[in-house]
Amino acid sequence: MAVRPVADKRPRAAGAAQSKSGVKPAKAAAGVNYQIAEFSKDEELKAYHDMLLIRRFEEKAGQLYGMGLIGGFCHLYIGQEAVVVGIQMCLREGQDQNTTSYRDHGHMLAAGMQARGVMAELTGRRGGYSGGKGGSMHMFSREKQFFGGHGIVAAQVPIGAGLAFANKYRGTDNVSVVYFGDGAANQGQVYETFNMAQLWKLPVIFVIENNRYAMGTSVSRSSAQTDFAKRGESFNIPGEQVDGMDVRAVKAASERATQWCRSGNGPYILEMQTYRYRGHSMSDPAKYRSKDEVQKMRDERDPIEQVRKRLVEKGWASEDDLKEIDKSVRAVVTEAADFAAADAEPDPSALWTDILL
Amino acid sequence: MPIDILMPALSPTMEEGTVTKWVKKVGDVVKSGDVIAEIETDKATMEVEAVDEGELVEILVPEGTEGVKVNAVIARIAGEGGAALAPPPVAAVAPVAAPAPASVPAAPIEVVTLADPDLPAGTEFVTMTVREALREAMAEEMRRDGDVFIMGEEVAEYQGAYKITQGLLQEFGDKRVIDTPITEHGFTGIAVGAAFGGLKPIVEFMTFNFAMQAIDQIINSAAKTLYMSGGQMGCPIVFRGPNGAAARVGAQHSQDYAAWYGMIPGLKVVMPYTAADAKGLLKAAIRDPNPVIFLENEILYGHSFEVPKLDDYVLPIGKARIHKAGKDVTLVSFGIGMTYAEKAAVELAGLGIDAEVIDLRTIRPMDIETVIASVKKTGRCVTIEEGWPQGSVGSEIAFQIQSNAFDYLDAPVARVTGKDVPMPYAANLEKLALPTVGEVVEAARAVTYR
Repeated sequence: MAVRPVADKRPRAAGAAQSKSGVKPAKAAAGVNYQIAEFSKDEELKAYHDMLLIRRFEEKAGQLYGMGLIGGFCHLYIGQEAVVVGIQMCLREGQDQNTTSYRDHGHMLAAGMQARGVMAELTGRRGGYSGGKGGSMHMFSREKQFFGGHGIVAAQVPIGAGLAFANKYRGTDNVSVVYFGDGAANQGQVYETFNMAQLWKLPVIFVIENNRYAMGTSVSRSSAQTDFAKRGESFNIPGEQVDGMDVRAVKAASERATQWCRSGNGPYILEMQTYRYRGHSMSDPAKYRSKDEVQKMRDERDPIEQVRKRLVEKGWASEDDLKEIDKSVRAVVTEAADFAAADAEPDPSALWTDILL
Repeated sequence: MPIDILMPALSPTMEEGTVTKWVKKVGDVVKSGDVIAEIETDKATMEVEAVDEGELVEILVPEGTEGVKVNAVIARIAGEGGAALAPPPVAAVAPVAAPAPASVPAAPIEVVTLADPDLPAGTEFVTMTVREALREAMAEEMRRDGDVFIMGEEVAEYQGAYKITQGLLQEFGDKRVIDTPITEHGFTGIAVGAAFGGLKPIVEFMTFNFAMQAIDQIINSAAKTLYMSGGQMGCPIVFRGPNGAAARVGAQHSQDYAAWYGMIPGLKVVMPYTAADAKGLLKAAIRDPNPVIFLENEILYGHSFEVPKLDDYVLPIGKARIHKAGKDVTLVSFGIGMTYAEKAAVELAGLGIDAEVIDLRTIRPMDIETVIASVKKTGRCVTIEEGWPQGSVGSEIAFQIQSNAFDYLDAPVARVTGKDVPMPYAANLEKLALPTVGEVVEAARAVTYR
């Protein structure tokens, strides 16, 4: 007789999770949640603009890296844009906190940080968000409640929960969103954090950006449980698998998650099924997957192309309108790159500042 | 044949305790497993169960007796059926009472500890243990600032594994005194996040040995983020708990982290010796906008000192204290290392060597100026610490002295440290692994050529 894992029979969103205020975790059938939020014209246009800004920014960053203007590690977000843009649509800018890993440029732009400040940090200039002392992996903005930018895989997870702890301590209904990848999801501190987040009912959304590869190791080669939405099950944290390439599905799921957290029900897990088109970092030849696999994803699932098609089909934007948006986005990115290339390096005296307050 | 019931050792560092209650009376017949008495240690009140059976014939230590030494006979049982066991061979495990050094003359030499010159004239003092001083410091700061909270293992309902947080839950409630699961890496990260969010966490590690599980969050997140953010992201947090060797707890529970954390830019590292310093510096650490590593010592928790009776006694971090003035040799130490330095100074006085004893108090930023000024006067220096020799705090002090006071030196700087081995368990080997007063005296004699 075959023994089937009990978990397979359980409802998708951890059945034991009890809502305090009638908010229900998603009840989708097994598999990825394709429930979408119906977008208005304005929402579609905003999503299109914000995703395009990230894509063009990252393409430019890749160029500057090739030119030697950006050094060290540089992890591009191309392909994953729908995740941060869809989630950010449910957040209160400057109040709800965002914390992420080293693949962070897109998250900063989505959180409302200026492209020129991010790009100038990538080139290590004084006008960068960290004055040139952080680099690609380490940027912060108190104003936008963006808390990094962390270079140690999964270290941001307890930190994001700690920000949620501060929200709860102060009695606000702010939500802390912490992003990490499928690779980070195997780190021990993630589960230490899940335990305390649920024990203390912290308002934190754990967003697992499953882009299928932890650097060069595919999910199936690294993970005993590849359904990351279930990773909180033993802590009774509800979780959903979401089509992370469709910004409407992302928004629908994060609406449920933010409402769940704001109402005092504790943490929530969103597994975003996404894909990065580029290598892990600029120096990764990405030989662990086929060119066809990448091309197929770009052709069939591209998050920006999906929105573009809908805008045109619904008659909400003409090709000319879209070109205008592209032009304005390119202008912002070009200005950022020019600034980042021309801005001065930090004053040598900056070597000795910001060590202690 | 009667069986002796001995005062039991109920913790690694217990030397004596109080017999608070006799549950059995003379004439009672006790069975193995019966609770016969309650004994209070510096950490907890424990029930003592009988191992041997028979009639309780004699109680030698009445209820309420304090300061009863471990292994003292406290009662006797008449063994049953003549099958009495011999008492345990006490002599073999007798506490290692250090024989009085031959060089010390009969009349005790008084070593005058210098008073803090910054204290207002007429300041009264109260005697308290380091444990009480730490507790008062936290309670006072928690009363003063609602953003200060404490989290750690057993800090709340258990009242603290070492009773440092005793009573805090009752006063401040479970929102601010938080028991964590045993999960150092995770709760340290959560505390760092809370500090980024503007709160002022005190993280108690049951021992700093366990903080190695969390050292990535301490160094990579707490210490470096201010710099990596170009000055935006302060991390006002205190990491505190016992550090270094306790007694007979073996290699994994005996490590001294002073030199480890002392190396990290972005951290302050405090390691007090006296109760007054523990109080004044912990208050300063809690108010400090930076991450502060606050290294305590289990053995020192029960030591008593005079503490100024002031409403708000806060000391500056980064300032050494001249513990005893002298002219012949400078002894520099910190934390429990000061116990060796202090005793060595007494012995040296007996030899006619007048040692100046400096308590560094803070490892980072290090008050090297005070050390240099002293060495310029004495021309000789011995550093003392329990940590390992390579890359030790003493190594750094020796480097600083040779760069800043080379022409004043009359002898190479000597270093007394823990031995370059993992801490052994056996009592004799543990003694050998730790510094001794004798080693400090020898080092001081060597550098003074006497």
